[in-house]
Amino acid sequence: MKINKEKISGTIFLLIALSALSVLALITVFIFIKGVPIIAKVGFFDFVFGMVWDPGNGAFGIFPMIFGSVTVTLGAAVLGVPIAICCSIFLAEFAPAVLSNIVRPAIQLLAAIPSVVYGFWGLLFVVPAIRNHLGGPGLSILAGSIILAIMILPTIISIAEVSLLSLPRHYKEGAYALGLTQWQTIRSVLLPAAKSGIVAAIILGIGRAIGETMAVIMVLGNAVAIPQSILDPARTLTTNIGIEMGYASGDHQQALFATGIVLLVIVMILNAFAQYVTRRK
Amino acid sequence: MIQQSKIVIKDLNFFYQKKQVIRDFSLEIPSNEILAVFGPANSGTTTFLRTLNRLCDLIPGARMEGEILLDGKNIFDPDISVTELRRKVGMVFDVPTPLPMSIFDNIAYGPRLGGKKTRASLTDGVEKALRMAALWDEVKDRLNTPALRLSGGQQQRLCIARVLALEPEVILLDRPCSALDPVSTAKIEESLKQLKEQFTIIIAPHNVQQAGRVADNVAFMLMGSLIENGPTGKVFENPQDKRTSDYITGRFG
Amino acid sequence: MKISSRTAQRIAKTLIWASALFVIVILLAIIIFILIKGVPEISWQFLTEIPRNMGRSGGISSSIVGTLLVTAVAVIIATPFGVGTAFYLTEYTREGKVTRIIRFSAESLSGIPSIVYGLFGFIFFVMYLKLGWSILSGGLTLAVMILPTIIRTSEEAIRTVSYQYREVSFSLGGTKWQTITRAVFPSAVRGIAVGVILGIGRCVAETAAVILTAGSALRMPESIFSPTRTMAEHFYILAREGISMEKAYGTAALLIIIIFIINVVANMLINRYVAKGH
Repeated sequence: MKINKEKISGTIFLLIALSALSVLALITVFIFIKGVPIIAKVGFFDFVFGMVWDPGNGAFGIFPMIFGSVTVTLGAAVLGVPIAICCSIFLAEFAPAVLSNIVRPAIQLLAAIPSVVYGFWGLLFVVPAIRNHLGGPGLSILAGSIILAIMILPTIISIAEVSLLSLPRHYKEGAYALGLTQWQTIRSVLLPAAKSGIVAAIILGIGRAIGETMAVIMVLGNAVAIPQSILDPARTLTTNIGIEMGYASGDHQQALFATGIVLLVIVMILNAFAQYVTRRK
Repeated sequence: MIQQSKIVIKDLNFFYQKKQVIRDFSLEIPSNEILAVFGPANSGTTTFLRTLNRLCDLIPGARMEGEILLDGKNIFDPDISVTELRRKVGMVFDVPTPLPMSIFDNIAYGPRLGGKKTRASLTDGVEKALRMAALWDEVKDRLNTPALRLSGGQQQRLCIARVLALEPEVILLDRPCSALDPVSTAKIEESLKQLKEQFTIIIAPHNVQQAGRVADNVAFMLMGSLIENGPTGKVFENPQDKRTSDYITGRFG
Repeated sequence: MKISSRTAQRIAKTLIWASALFVIVILLAIIIFILIKGVPEISWQFLTEIPRNMGRSGGISSSIVGTLLVTAVAVIIATPFGVGTAFYLTEYTREGKVTRIIRFSAESLSGIPSIVYGLFGFIFFVMYLKLGWSILSGGLTLAVMILPTIIRTSEEAIRTVSYQYREVSFSLGGTKWQTITRAVFPSAVRGIAVGVILGIGRCVAETAAVILTAGSALRMPESIFSPTRTMAEHFYILAREGISMEKAYGTAALLIIIIFIINVVANMLINRYVAKGH
């Protein structure tokens, strides 16, 4: 009787475990079912590279949004990655225990703040600052990049810090024994050794930035044209869905699902890449 | 009067993935005596103990050939219940491992696995086990406090009591005193000498001297093979194999 | 221009300390601003009255209840599946094709943007399963969203449980099921709880996924089939439509306070967990 109980519990656990897989499959299936028809109708290249998004007149080109997503995310990476890496080095190498017990929870809290609050704060502080000091409407790619940079700090810092901390201690000790300064050790020994973890952290941070919606809606300005400079407003793949889903129907709604497909594909690629980078370690 | 051997090991070969860890091991272990199986690191003593209660089954890629007879029955027979076997052949590990629960719950863990439920039916067994492990007097007033609060030596005696609560026939001890101070070690060695009246005891000592202190019989293992075995006095004073005498005198280790 | 190594060290050190300072300053800037503007709004009426006049007056009690219910649904559903999956991965399998696929699925799920979860929830729960815009739809969508987090933290917690506990339980004659339920789970439960609590935090903060699935109704929900508007959603609508800045600040402040408490609880659990010697 006991043997049967073992087998039953094993099977139950297996079924439960397959839930993660089946959920992923469900999501992919349903989003694809809803979105593929419109891509077929409009044509893949016209959809992805089309310059005009005007659902009222049947134009479904999402390239301006792809451009917006990419630029905002790149901006966020340029601004955020250096700060994040420095901060992770701080936690791993420089911080006395008292300070790391303040900084680490602070980072956790930063990660927990709702994205709408970030957007709101950005709208009240960052946007006017840009408008007054740099020109333009303030609602801009720059604003989006700044806010996103702050939002992805926790993601990058936590993973990068873990990578640095998990390095064998003798790397550091060997370098010091050779007379290297702390910074030289970090730069030439520790960072290269933790490279795969840090790269994975950055990729995941970028993934988060590309997927962010609410904060970006509030500060990006949501103009459906390709921006000419970072002070121009823009729209991303995510904000496109977020803004229009509330009232879209028919082809329009399908096109938004198709936008979702593009997002899904981009994020899956990033994720696979991050997993690959970590495995290669 | 010929004593029936409690455990008979015949041509045991044990493989872990591609590596062979125990070679052509044959030995008869008499009951109600203390056997010490000793040897340098990686001789296979730990693996050997784990074959006796089939804890080796848990290791991925484990494969064995040969027979181990407990009271005449091969423990690897398909109709043997592994869980029953492990209650008959209990094990104490090298690091004290109290489960994160109260002292009482630790001792009662085994009997509870076997289906005993009511506190009344468990209390007597717990007291008996703690007395046999020479721990009762020290903990009788705090049975419901966490076991992790005990000292290292007390925790190890708790682990012994935990095994005793199942009323086993054989007790295996894998370097039980390696993490303990000399006073605790002495207390445990004393208990073992008394316990052998009721149980068959097999110990892998963490040094040769412990074998000399507690064991009736010893077996010397080197790289998975049984080199020599016999009564303690005889093997230590008059070793037949040069490797045995080299190891005992400390020429290598 | 060659900088001496000592100068380089000094510059690097300054920048690195500055980055940490930056993080703290930004955090304080955001939180203090919201709290200063919002806490004065939080009164007994704010907490107990439902919104009136599109949210210009009254309180946000219906939002609070809605948020609680949606989160509860999400956690009640996601936790058994997440913990069960974690147990399966650690206890019942060796690393192989099946585990790799399951783990890959869980990792991929964790990277999906919340708006895509919203799309999925809309098309699957609201439309296909005909649950409509409701607390149930929103909760199920959030459950799917926090599932990977719970799997990951649970798996870590279970793995940290000393292999020795498992060995001990087996050596005392335990079966796999007994070992899991009596030895492994009690030791891992605290780590698992941390994952669940962090999942709760995510649910409370989430907007994009609920806006498409839970609806946007301001009245007090009657059952889990009623639509609702969570606090984060309410804050977003108030702020973006410019309906009422004061109420917006108040909602945001309450949100931040709740999230802060959740984080503190999670941290307390983590510290006690570590102190116990794991």
